Amino acid sequence: MITRMAKITTLMGVVMLDYDFMQHAFAAAGIVAIVAGVVGFFLVLRGQTFAGHALSHVGFAGATGAILIGGSPLSGLIAFTLLAGIGMGALGDKLSGRDVAIGVILSLSLGLGLLFLHFFTAYATQATALLFGNVFGVSNGTLLVLFGIGAAALIALGVIARPLLFASLQPELAEAKGVSLRLVSVLFLAIVALAVSACAQVVGVLLVFALMVGPAATAQRLTSRLGLGVALAAGLALVEAWLGLVLAYYTDWPASFWITALSALAYFASLTGNRRAAIPAH
Amino acid sequence: MTRMASTSIPAIELEQVTIALGGRFILSDVSLAVGNGEFIGVLGPNGAGKTTLMRALLGLIKPSSGHITVLGEQAIRGNPAIGYMPQLRSLAAHLTLRGWDFVASGIDGHRWGLPVLNAARRQAVAEAIDLVGATHLAQRPLGDLSGGERQRLMLAQALLGRPRLLLLDEPLISLDPHHQRVVVELVREVQQRLGIAVLFSAHELNPLLAAMDRVLYLGNGHAALGTVDQVINGPVLSRLYGSSIDVVRINQRIFVMSGGHDVERDAHMHENGHGHDHDLGHGHDHAHGQDHNPDGRRHA
Repeated sequence: MITRMAKITTLMGVVMLDYDFMQHAFAAAGIVAIVAGVVGFFLVLRGQTFAGHALSHVGFAGATGAILIGGSPLSGLIAFTLLAGIGMGALGDKLSGRDVAIGVILSLSLGLGLLFLHFFTAYATQATALLFGNVFGVSNGTLLVLFGIGAAALIALGVIARPLLFASLQPELAEAKGVSLRLVSVLFLAIVALAVSACAQVVGVLLVFALMVGPAATAQRLTSRLGLGVALAAGLALVEAWLGLVLAYYTDWPASFWITALSALAYFASLTGNRRAAIPAH
Repeated sequence: MTRMASTSIPAIELEQVTIALGGRFILSDVSLAVGNGEFIGVLGPNGAGKTTLMRALLGLIKPSSGHITVLGEQAIRGNPAIGYMPQLRSLAAHLTLRGWDFVASGIDGHRWGLPVLNAARRQAVAEAIDLVGATHLAQRPLGDLSGGERQRLMLAQALLGRPRLLLLDEPLISLDPHHQRVVVELVREVQQRLGIAVLFSAHELNPLLAAMDRVLYLGNGHAALGTVDQVINGPVLSRLYGSSIDVVRINQRIFVMSGGHDVERDAHMHENGHGHDHDLGHGHDHAHGQDHNPDGRRHA
């Protein structure tokens, strides 16, 4: 019985993975999920989730601007988020408590993106793909770029991980011990920019929260151990992304919807399953 | 080992130090020396420069003139011989991370690379946590601990690397009198066991009375260092506050009063609940009469 079911599942899986676009989707979602989970863990730990959100919106203006001048949307996305990330990091403390300013720039970016698309003919398809992701349309070339930026983000994170953690938990002490808070912040937000760019390819700029923040926040609810938390964030993101693809394949509903749904489900399940949830974080 | 050899060198030496921040003189022409193994209570009104002094000792602020020497060497950022416990930030109160990982983040935290602990580093973290009696707390999420318990772990982190000088910035803030006493006693015990010098800043004098060897009182750009009797008296404090100060002693407690007002109590009420404050900004005038909590005098 079990072997028969396994056979059927395998069969369905084989059929699903016979398609090139499904293979690409699984590879892209896999790379992105792991990067987003790991980078997102530090983003949540530092309380900078809003910065991640803002970066993705700036990326939208970059991507549409690139289309307008005949470039590739992905390169525009990466360039703009990177610049914005470095800028935000360099401004540092001057941005803290400036949620309104960030929010205004955020909506301006979306507005600019809309304008750029207005001048471009293939309006609707491009807009939807950028805003909500197009994981089933990932080409070989894009996959290669995703692998490149994913690897770059993880390697860079590995290099700064120790001072980043120290600076996130105890900034004054870290500063006294010789850590440059600004340098760490700039490098980290550059890494976040890379992760956001990659993430946007799968779930779109509007939904990067689903992979960058959801799994990381869930992981921090489930474990208080650092190493386990990072691994769990990556694992959750991977499961949510892949399961989202499978569900999208069988229901024909958008993959981005399923990923956001699974991300939300896991997060709220972790809230109810954890007694700390009873204490409101203020 | 080195401790024996260095007993003759003062832990801290300030020679005619002037520090100006934002056009205001925090310290002007201050000279003082703190010996090894001394427990110094650092007091003074808000903005008097308690945090600024610590940041200067850490090499984060350069004096505009004069020399600051720490353990015989010029104050320099990243000095491993100094342990530092900054004011508790609100972030730590909501962390789901366990205390152990929080403390461990401080070990060689300035070095690039992955925060992977080898056996020696794990041992050092465990020893520091054990030293403050927090082994049973270390596996719990930081956000689940009480303020006093978190302070214990912060102290453990400050003790990583076996510092010979410990700077504690307002460790008593937002603690109730019982936990204040526990933290003071803990610091005193650790300080005596390790034979290190401690600068312990606080808003109120009384919690520190039993523990400290000498008091360093800052105010108006000046500093007075000496025994409680030498420093906590009308003439010295009047100079530091720049207004007439009376010192009232009731049962072994000391109240610093200005015009019938307990100035330390006021400072405490202002500061309570704030995040960290670099002692810049608002120079509250504690002399003027504001609405005062009638229960204010009944602390501890």
